[in-house]
Amino acid sequence: MSSIKPITMPKWGLAMDEGMLARWAVEVGAEIAPGQEIMDIETTKIANVFESPVGGVLRKQVVSEGETVPVGALLGVVSEPDVPDGEVEAFVTEFLENFVPEETDDAGAPAPEVVETASGAIRRLKAGPDDGAPVILIHGFGADLNGWMFNQAELAAERQVHAIDLPGHGGSTKSVGDGAVATLATAVTAYMDAVEITSAHLVGHSLGGAVATSIAASSPERVSALTLIAPAGFGSDVSQDFIEGFIGQSRARKLRPIIEMLVADPSLVTADMVEEVLKFKRLDGVVAALRTIADANFDGGAQRVQIRDRLGDVSAPVQVIWGEDDRILAAGHADGLPDSVKVIRLAGAGHIPHMEKAAEVNAAISALG
Amino acid sequence: MASGLQLSREELLVAYRRMRTIRDFEDKVHEEFSAGNIPGFVHLYAGEEASAVGFCMHLDDRDAIASTHRGHGHSIAKGCDVEGMMHEIFGRKDGLCGGKGGSMHIADLSKGMLGANGIVGAGAPLICGAALTAKTLGTGGVAVCFVGDGGSNQGTTLESYNLAKVWNLPAIFVVEDNGYAESTASAWSVGGSQVGRGKGFGLATHEVDGFDFFAVFDTAAEAIELARSGGGPSLVHMKLARHYGHFEGDAMTYRAADEVAALKAESDPLTIFRQRVTETAILNGADLDEIDGAVQTEIDRCVANAKDAAMPTESDLLTDVYVSY
Amino acid sequence: MSKKSYRQAIAEALTQEMRRDPRVVIMGEDIAGGLGAPGEDDAWGGPLGVTKGLMAEFGRERVLDTPISESAFVGAAAGAAATGLRPVAELMFVDFMGVCFDQIFNQAAKFRYMFGGKAVTPMVVRTMYGAGFRAASQHSQCLYPLFTHIPGLKVALPSNAYEAKGLLTQAIRDDDPVIFFEHKAMYDMEMEVPDEPYAIAFGEANVTREGDDVTIIAFGRMVNLANEAADNLAKNGVTCTVVDPRTTSPLDRETILETAEETGRVVVVDEAHPRCSMASDIAGLVAEEAFGALKAPIKLVTAPHAPVPFSPALEDIYIPSVAKIEAAVTEIVEYGEKAAAE
Repeated sequence: MSSIKPITMPKWGLAMDEGMLARWAVEVGAEIAPGQEIMDIETTKIANVFESPVGGVLRKQVVSEGETVPVGALLGVVSEPDVPDGEVEAFVTEFLENFVPEETDDAGAPAPEVVETASGAIRRLKAGPDDGAPVILIHGFGADLNGWMFNQAELAAERQVHAIDLPGHGGSTKSVGDGAVATLATAVTAYMDAVEITSAHLVGHSLGGAVATSIAASSPERVSALTLIAPAGFGSDVSQDFIEGFIGQSRARKLRPIIEMLVADPSLVTADMVEEVLKFKRLDGVVAALRTIADANFDGGAQRVQIRDRLGDVSAPVQVIWGEDDRILAAGHADGLPDSVKVIRLAGAGHIPHMEKAAEVNAAISALG
Repeated sequence: MASGLQLSREELLVAYRRMRTIRDFEDKVHEEFSAGNIPGFVHLYAGEEASAVGFCMHLDDRDAIASTHRGHGHSIAKGCDVEGMMHEIFGRKDGLCGGKGGSMHIADLSKGMLGANGIVGAGAPLICGAALTAKTLGTGGVAVCFVGDGGSNQGTTLESYNLAKVWNLPAIFVVEDNGYAESTASAWSVGGSQVGRGKGFGLATHEVDGFDFFAVFDTAAEAIELARSGGGPSLVHMKLARHYGHFEGDAMTYRAADEVAALKAESDPLTIFRQRVTETAILNGADLDEIDGAVQTEIDRCVANAKDAAMPTESDLLTDVYVSY
Repeated sequence: MSKKSYRQAIAEALTQEMRRDPRVVIMGEDIAGGLGAPGEDDAWGGPLGVTKGLMAEFGRERVLDTPISESAFVGAAAGAAATGLRPVAELMFVDFMGVCFDQIFNQAAKFRYMFGGKAVTPMVVRTMYGAGFRAASQHSQCLYPLFTHIPGLKVALPSNAYEAKGLLTQAIRDDDPVIFFEHKAMYDMEMEVPDEPYAIAFGEANVTREGDDVTIIAFGRMVNLANEAADNLAKNGVTCTVVDPRTTSPLDRETILETAEETGRVVVVDEAHPRCSMASDIAGLVAEEAFGALKAPIKLVTAPHAPVPFSPALEDIYIPSVAKIEAAVTEIVEYGEKAAAE
């Protein structure tokens, strides 16, 4: 029996309580490896491929294409090839009999909270046990802590992982000062001070990558490792269409193609994902904050801040992860980095590889330290 | 309490000049309308000058007034630009309202003039609102509603008496009773009395001879001071008469044959003013004659300029509907 | 972010805007309630409790109970708006517009134009509309088409709690007079609504469903019925785009025409009577501007040309329903198929 393994509906982000199995990518009887893409799942927030957490032979597809089931529900069963069909069926029967969907307002689950810091209110989501070197996840321009929905829970299995909202974003203060990278970096270290983190593995995406690099260069003692995902400040150009479209478009149908620029496969973007961005932008002060940050860091299609030269001041191990199909900050920005910097290029990913290729990115983060 | 007869020489000259401006303005509009030079409807205030001027002498730009169809006199008394008004009545682009309002909608909110109004009885609720603004923001302002005897029968007006009372607003309702609502006599159309109505709602009430600038001025002082000091609303029944018809073109067959002639001879507020100030030797006839000449020249100039001024064009048709749309 | 009812969302918008701007005052019949009576202060907080508690925070100077005297206080709101306040007047039921329409359509709506662009009249009239409460002919009407007809007015019809807070915030901040329609059957509907203040721009439609076969344009509460119909139809393979215009004035013609052209089939769902309605307005717009893209006649799902009845047996069949929307969609999808077969 122990070789029979369930594949269940994953929980992607806090708000998810059910998902729709859109497509099976493997047939019954196929040999599958851990990390292999085995199905497409859609939630109201996002559509994505689901990578198998286990390896073996797919013995049964319990849920068929088009069905919507709760988080934790049995989708399929994997086992060694020699397990008899009867045992597989017995496993399925037992699982279905015992399965109780999670309460939707699950009390014990981590919830975002607001931390008062010297730089103002910072919203964070903390997950994982209090031991191990902490990880701090720093999102990019226009995003928020929910952007780490495919990463935080995985990374938090054995260590504490803090996802924070930068000033001007999510549930944090909408006061961004001059909006410059150094100012945002001060807010991150203010958060670290407020929650008494002396040193952390900083994971920064895009503008958050520039922020993380700035901290690692200015305060090397506070950074134990540095993972930069498509970081800003490593090349001269940026997609002006994205920045201006993101700030300027107020209708979902106009904003959607802008959001689709973030990913290699546009079908990843759902209507709700676009709606969430619109809802965020409507909050008082947000568009002004985004404008300030954009003007401080970008000049039309050019980046004002060059931060790659400061990698020399960084003492921690550094890796850079880039999607080869990035349309916001070109993957070529990773060319010519010092040998000490590990560069991981991901095919089939755009500007948000931590969502598009979550398993690879999570493995790389855990491997660095 | 201020008394009209204690006004300074300069103030009296201002009052007379305003009344004379209204008279000449209306006489000239009558002439131009008759000649076919003015489009639409006009309703003239000639004969009622003491009411508007007697009240508005106490008001400044923080105070608001609402007016009636017959709004030229109130506008001039409240300080609207006379040339802009004339251009407006001629439908010109540079008129006070860009040629979009005309005679019935002359307004200048910067002067606290909330508009002549094409809807009988519409001004009273607006004045409650202006009074509420003054009270809420603590500006010290008051709001004065000029309403005709016709408008006094509208529910809006009576509801406003009540609202002004229960909200204790700095509002004054001036019922300008010129004897006729259009062609129908107020003696027939008004049940009870204006003062009785005011008393019924708990308002302070006054009845005043609207031909006599000084009587109006003194009554206005009392009502406005009550309002400014937080004492609440008043009603003033102003008895007066108009020299012209309800609208221009009205043959006035409902009036007695000699009525207007007698009115002009015996009850002209400008004549009465002249008599009072010259009798008491505060002003002399020459002072007033000089104003008469100057005003006539000014009004002639306004008309000439209005005739020369450009009409609005198609590009103006759809502007000013919204602040943003 | 937390779950809030339509009622709470409206109250939150009022509260936040009153905190933000001291010129914002609210007025209406029983808006606090109990004034001058021996019992409790703030006894009602509006007839359905929407404004309950505002008096405690803002006082009687800014939460103004009125006599039952709509002509006077709606007119007072117009006069106050023209002179520097930003009043929000509550017209308890839109059916009562009959006694104060002049103050709205001849006064507030026209000040700016008549006065040559020099007037600014930032007033909001909040009003309750819609059938379903067994409230009969004088407490159940929609009437938003009448206001939409008037140049100078803006008209908002929030379809859920999120929309209600954002559209009311915009209405209060807007410098033009806005008539804000609250459907009485939606006050207890809950959804996630941000705690922070936010405004939803007028004239920008919300596309709540995207499909290939039919475009459903629905107003106010009808958006929820249209969504439900679209979800049901999708199970049978008919997919619909649902458009919530949010405001009937200004109207997002661009989104309506774009989505109409994409599917070539249009159903308009309007709880008002069919004549001179939003339904006929949208049908006219699509016929005039997107005729070439149409594959089938435009279908209108509306209340009938009759007053709202009292008896539940009658009222239930009077109001447009999910089933009627589905039937309309199916009819025009089949129309295309029939035409192809012939």
